[in-house]
Amino acid sequence: MVEATQSAYAPALTSVIPWRRGRIARVLRRRSTIAFFMCLPLLTVIGGLVVYPALYAINLATLNKAMTKHIGFDNFAFLFTRETFWMVVSQSAIFALTAVFFKALIGLITAHLVNNLPAKGQRKWRGMLLVPWVMPLSLSTLGWWWMFDPTYSAFNWLLALFGIGKVAWLSDPYWARFSVILDNVWYGAPFFLIMYLAALRSVPTDLYEAASIDGANAWQKFVHITLPMMQSIISITVLFSLIVTFANFDIIWVMTQGGPRDMTHIFATWAFKLGIQSGDIPLGASVSLFMFPILGISAIFILRGVAKRSREMQ
Amino acid sequence: MAEVSLNNIIKRYGEVIAVRGINLNVADKEFVVLVGPSGCGKTTTLRMIAGLEEISEGEISIGGEVVNDVPPKDRDIAMVFQNYALYPHMTVAANMSFGLKLRRFPKAEIKARVERAAQILDITDLLERRPKQLSGGQRQRVAMGRAIVRNPKVFLFDEPLSNLDAKLRVQMRTEIKRVHQKVKTTTIYVTHDQIEAMTLADRVVVMNDGRIEQVGTPHELYHSPRTRFVAGFIGSPAMNFLPCKVERNGAGLVLNLAENLSFPMPADLSARYGKAVGKPMIFGLRPEHITEPRGGAPGEKSEFTANLDVVEPMGMETMVFFRIEGTEVCGRVEPTSAGGPGQPMRLRANLNHMHLIDPATNLAL
Repeated sequence: MVEATQSAYAPALTSVIPWRRGRIARVLRRRSTIAFFMCLPLLTVIGGLVVYPALYAINLATLNKAMTKHIGFDNFAFLFTRETFWMVVSQSAIFALTAVFFKALIGLITAHLVNNLPAKGQRKWRGMLLVPWVMPLSLSTLGWWWMFDPTYSAFNWLLALFGIGKVAWLSDPYWARFSVILDNVWYGAPFFLIMYLAALRSVPTDLYEAASIDGANAWQKFVHITLPMMQSIISITVLFSLIVTFANFDIIWVMTQGGPRDMTHIFATWAFKLGIQSGDIPLGASVSLFMFPILGISAIFILRGVAKRSREMQ
Repeated sequence: MAEVSLNNIIKRYGEVIAVRGINLNVADKEFVVLVGPSGCGKTTTLRMIAGLEEISEGEISIGGEVVNDVPPKDRDIAMVFQNYALYPHMTVAANMSFGLKLRRFPKAEIKARVERAAQILDITDLLERRPKQLSGGQRQRVAMGRAIVRNPKVFLFDEPLSNLDAKLRVQMRTEIKRVHQKVKTTTIYVTHDQIEAMTLADRVVVMNDGRIEQVGTPHELYHSPRTRFVAGFIGSPAMNFLPCKVERNGAGLVLNLAENLSFPMPADLSARYGKAVGKPMIFGLRPEHITEPRGGAPGEKSEFTANLDVVEPMGMETMVFFRIEGTEVCGRVEPTSAGGPGQPMRLRANLNHMHLIDPATNLAL
């Protein structure tokens, strides 16, 4: 195709501009060359901000603590012997999986509620429900931290109204885990809401009409029409949210800094603690790299499912 | 199997009135077609029968039971939608059996019914495919299959053929008729295509502006339309309408179409149209009754010469277009006898088939 296009207009060009006859000039005039140069700014940005840091992180992870020589996978071998590391792995999984599950569930429910609102008030509600997502995260987390505060806790005040004793929200390790997940769900659910609302609207109304004539009640319509029609968007949002939630830093750092007893640490915060605060950058890099293959593999499976479904349905 | 009756049905959308009082009785096993231009309320009426739209006023009953407050799923109806509305994530077999599964039919029964419907519609090979892999005509068949397996009291069709190309439409039309002859379920069918209406229906309901203009067999509607709208809507090409005057001439009547164009009216019609004398009237005559002079009635007295504007050969006949007092008139002539455009041609109007319409009421006399 490139060859054909070139031969079609190349003679005309060379006759108009006779001094452009060299081999280099010809290569420069190719469409693919022009396309390459047009993409170059983007490639540079991606290369500089994504590829280089990623490679650099891999490089860092193979250095010794003093960063003087390569030690292969010794950092990983060391991590595997540490109990804290396995605790961080499991806490990361608990944190991300629970948070994403509830974000998706709450997003789905609220999307249905908003979708059934009359068109007039819908914009207002949509706007309000989006607030948690658009607020700067560290700022809103400070608000949550304040509400969980042992002395001034708004939650404890509420519980006291019902005669329930104080809860040590952030100093009891298990309550602390609960609290950071709660904050993350609060922050992330609006993203699911917006995506699911758009997906709900894209389901053709006549499918619901056909289903109601076929004898489906509201729940059966949801199970047999809505869910299958939304399956692709659910998979993609869950994948996207899993990646972002696994990599979360702000919420944990502002609320607990990984404590108490390191029990709320997840990969990003523990990597920061090891690498920056304790000065072992290669070890920190190894921690932050650890989740990369897990997410990569799950991404491949989820995206393959999505592609298969869309081939079948559209 | 059941009859459907609509009793003074009205549908309002806020200020807008879409359906203005419909009364209709559909007999058991009857095939009734609602036809009319877009926006006439025919689809809204069908959707009210299905239970997809609320009824503002009036009563609908299916099989003798008033269903105004019965949800669609409990009305025991099946509907074929304009764009098929097949579930894209299910196979053809799953699409067809969905309604039966929801109603908890035994598996063997579901299988038997799906297979039987697939046989009737000749889609047995397609059962494991998904809607995406089907052509328009095949999707249409599946949509009908989904209706048939349920064995409902009433079939509702909402413009089911309008998304198909012309050739397939004719084919599927025959198919629908064949299916109805086989399963004999009460059917209400909506279309804007009057040919579809004429070919399929036992009775046709012509609707306009939210009202029923006329209900009748295709033959009745074609040969004795009750209103100007029905006269103009049914038949293709459409009936010619010309302003005219009716004058008395001795014992008979004379139809005066233009200064130098008047015909004596046939004797039997003279008695019927006596009250039209002296009033401005609209004369209606179908194109097939304006032909080249042929042997037999009505004779030379209704012949005239026209200057042809346009000539459209159709193969087995030729349409000729000319003007009388500025109004375009269409005639259907033998291909061999048609002149060329711009040429004069001798034509004969067969007034035995004429209609007279009172422009004040738009009703046929």
